[in-house]
Amino acid sequence: MPSPKRVGKIEFGLLSPKEIRKMSVRKIIWADTYDDDGFPYPQGLMDLHLGVIDPGLRCKTCGNKASDCPGHFGHIELAKPVTHVGYTRLIRKLLRVSCRECSRLLLSPEEIYKVLGPEEERNTDVITEKDVKKERICPHCGAQQNKVNFEKPTTFSEIWTDENGRKVDHKLTPADIRSRLEKIPDEDLRHLGINPDVARPEWTLITVLPVPPVTMRPSIILENGQRSEDDLTHKLVDIIRINQRFKENQDAGAPQLIIEDLWELLQYHVTTYMDNEVAGCPPARHRSGRPLKTISQRLKGKDGRFRGSLSGKRVNFSGRTVISPDPNMSIGQVGIPLAIANEMSVPIRVTPFNIEEVRAMVLKGPVRGSLTEPCGANYAIRPDNRRVRLNELTCETVAEQLEPGWTVDRQLRNNDIVLFNRQPSLHRMSIMAHRIVLMNGRTFRLNPAVCPPYNADFDGDEMNLHVPQTEEARAEAHMLCSVYNNILSPRFGGPIIGGIHDHISGLFLLTHTLRWFDKEETVSLIKFNPPEHLPKPGKVENGIEYWSNKQVFSMILADDLNLVYRSSSCKDCEVCKKGDCEQDSYVQIANGQLLTGTIDKKSIGAFKGNILQRTIRQHGQERGAQFIDDFTKLSVRGIMFDGFSFGIDDEDLSKTEYKQIDEGLDEAMRDVKRRIQIYEEGQLEPMPGRTLEETLEMQIMQVLGKARDKTGEIAGRHLGLSNSAVVMAVSGARGSMLNLTQMAGCIGQQAVRGERITRGYEDRTLPHFKRGDRGAPAHGFVRNSYKSGLTPTEFFFHAIGGREGLVDTAVRTSQSGYLQRRMINALQDLKVAYDMTVRTTGGRIIQFQYGEDGTDPSKACFGDPVDVRGVLENVLKEEV
Amino acid sequence: MDTKDFSVIEHVMVPEHHVMTREEVDDLLLKYKISYDQLPKIYHDDPAVKTIDGKVNDVIRIVRNSQTAGRAESFRMVVKRPKK
Repeated sequence: MPSPKRVGKIEFGLLSPKEIRKMSVRKIIWADTYDDDGFPYPQGLMDLHLGVIDPGLRCKTCGNKASDCPGHFGHIELAKPVTHVGYTRLIRKLLRVSCRECSRLLLSPEEIYKVLGPEEERNTDVITEKDVKKERICPHCGAQQNKVNFEKPTTFSEIWTDENGRKVDHKLTPADIRSRLEKIPDEDLRHLGINPDVARPEWTLITVLPVPPVTMRPSIILENGQRSEDDLTHKLVDIIRINQRFKENQDAGAPQLIIEDLWELLQYHVTTYMDNEVAGCPPARHRSGRPLKTISQRLKGKDGRFRGSLSGKRVNFSGRTVISPDPNMSIGQVGIPLAIANEMSVPIRVTPFNIEEVRAMVLKGPVRGSLTEPCGANYAIRPDNRRVRLNELTCETVAEQLEPGWTVDRQLRNNDIVLFNRQPSLHRMSIMAHRIVLMNGRTFRLNPAVCPPYNADFDGDEMNLHVPQTEEARAEAHMLCSVYNNILSPRFGGPIIGGIHDHISGLFLLTHTLRWFDKEETVSLIKFNPPEHLPKPGKVENGIEYWSNKQVFSMILADDLNLVYRSSSCKDCEVCKKGDCEQDSYVQIANGQLLTGTIDKKSIGAFKGNILQRTIRQHGQERGAQFIDDFTKLSVRGIMFDGFSFGIDDEDLSKTEYKQIDEGLDEAMRDVKRRIQIYEEGQLEPMPGRTLEETLEMQIMQVLGKARDKTGEIAGRHLGLSNSAVVMAVSGARGSMLNLTQMAGCIGQQAVRGERITRGYEDRTLPHFKRGDRGAPAHGFVRNSYKSGLTPTEFFFHAIGGREGLVDTAVRTSQSGYLQRRMINALQDLKVAYDMTVRTTGGRIIQFQYGEDGTDPSKACFGDPVDVRGVLENVLKEEV
Repeated sequence: MDTKDFSVIEHVMVPEHHVMTREEVDDLLLKYKISYDQLPKIYHDDPAVKTIDGKVNDVIRIVRNSQTAGRAESFRMVVKRPKK
């Protein structure tokens, strides 16, 4: 590898007509492409001098065949100059800062000095349009200047008032502009930031148009044998046709009007040839009505040359399919359909040590019918780099020829390492390395515990898979990207992989309060992760040994774990009863034994899991991953022990509760009515900084909000931990008490932008209400619950509120996506150097110490570099 | 208050700025093994730079309170602000 070189400077210039003619191999004059025999016309757009695309023919310029000829430029001599759409801004600037008579810069040397400063201090500053006052007199020749108007896309005109006080609008033709720009002296151009050696301004007006080689606008042959030309060729045909007509008319001395029309038409074609999406210019269309994809469109945007072909491209050795869950796998594994494993391969070099093994693979060929069969091979690569496709015919001969020096593309097999990815790849955990498990079926399988980092679910999500092809790539994947290395997030120093949904519900049910299991039950709970020995039974009654539920959970904990914290079911009581907590939410773990407390989201959940985080800090990532695998399996057993389901009757309350809810809501309605009455009588005291209406609205919202919460309390009193939704809400597995309130009690006020719904008809939201009605039902209060069902007006208001949420998410995702893109573009090349400075690739310092404290957040403890609490807890074994 | 008496440097939100001496700068460049143009930059018309009378090509030491590290030092070279 050559040593890296520093870019000294980059020069941006314009192509001069002279250069265009010099690089051109052929002047193009015919608009036609192929004659009746399918042979290109000489001096036509497909001239053989411009390169060849048909196999068999030879290029008339370089003599190479289609595969080797890079293509060569031709040129078209335009009858009259036209403006280049890409440089209209520059042309406008130059016209405005230069004199219309002598073309010198409209500033005297003193004025230039004033703007740019003394000669030796001048940097990259240049003179702009604003430095020149409008419609002044030229300081060099004394000519009166006129206002130069620019009209999109390519029209320039001068405006002045004549002696009679009338406004005169005089159009500047490209030829006029060209002759003006030609006269601007080189020295003046340098003040304007233009290097006249590489970019004379008159070159922005095209007199000679380069014709790109046929290799960049190949024609394709359709199934019916017809040729279909590239969009660029179509556009060039248009240009040549009009140019030809223009010339003929010009030579025949046609009237000025016709010449002008043709000139404008030529301008249009040249403009759309370069950019077919210019403002104020109808796009040129294909016969089918599709807008043509011209030069600018090839480069721009997501699928353009830069973003589509250079920064990112299609890759080989990758697969994509739907994902589905498999809780019996390890988090570090990924299940792969046999069909994909057969198609994708890993190259292995044949050596004397593995030749027999590889020969067996070659002999097996590309067909692998079942999971149990050993892997075969798809290709063999000879020492001279020739690829031989293996099939029933070739595999035997190849197996005989095989010797060290060959390379064989082996099919994937169990325990191969692959990179697994889900878009949008917003953080580094969006691509992680997994180990393969071959599986039947057609989907990728993954442990549901790795869903949070990928942000994946199983409602039809698809994911991508890439197979590293070299030993280095596999080593990097294993050591840097493996799932185990990414359990702790670099964002906040806590686990991002952890229990979700059923894992949390399951362990909550298993560990809540004290329960006893006999030997059979205990063993069935831990049969997927059995310890070497069962611990000593917690109690023996009538000669039967019993183990407590906390003992069962403790079997998967590391032995020296010491933790004290409050679980997510903690109600923040004023005086904490600690070990005697009624909710059993005071978690105490001493020497790897769960003494009190319930395991829930705060213990094992993704983003929060305390136990998980401590296990990884004390015992490393492998043990942490082991713990995740263990508790996912234990939780599945735990949730199956009692069963877990939710039905419509789980939202039922008793008569007394319904009565209480009704009374509560009636009372709220009366309260609202009373407040409205106070307002209408003019007795309402406005709150500081609010109008009367705002005060009333706030009061109503508050009253109704309270009423809704009250129904929730009533419902919550009836629905205890025997209700699955309550279990999920309390344990933090999914949903909240608010969801339950809305199902069983009352849905509550629907809001748009945080206010009651007010829009609709004149003075009312719907024709079902009286004009000016300020009552709760008329402004989107839904009194019913999802269980009891909504009235038609309530349903409508509910739809309004729901729609706002959808619109918000749609807007947010697109905005944050763009923000993310800009951030990545700005930060992508920064790295932390060995002296802990953050630097760019050029060695420029961005931060003198990474994060100002030089700590890696993924090695820190929720942001703190040292886990003081953890150390103390380990020593004291009690709450710190 | 007379506006002429106001100095941005005294505001609580403005971190300490000091112009570094030649020797200090040489030590700094040596410590990080960098050249002048690899330092972060600050404009010559920055209000804080103007108050401490920093000139173009001076290096300013900025000491600010940091959420993560308590106090953090950084160094910026004064450059002339380009037009616009």
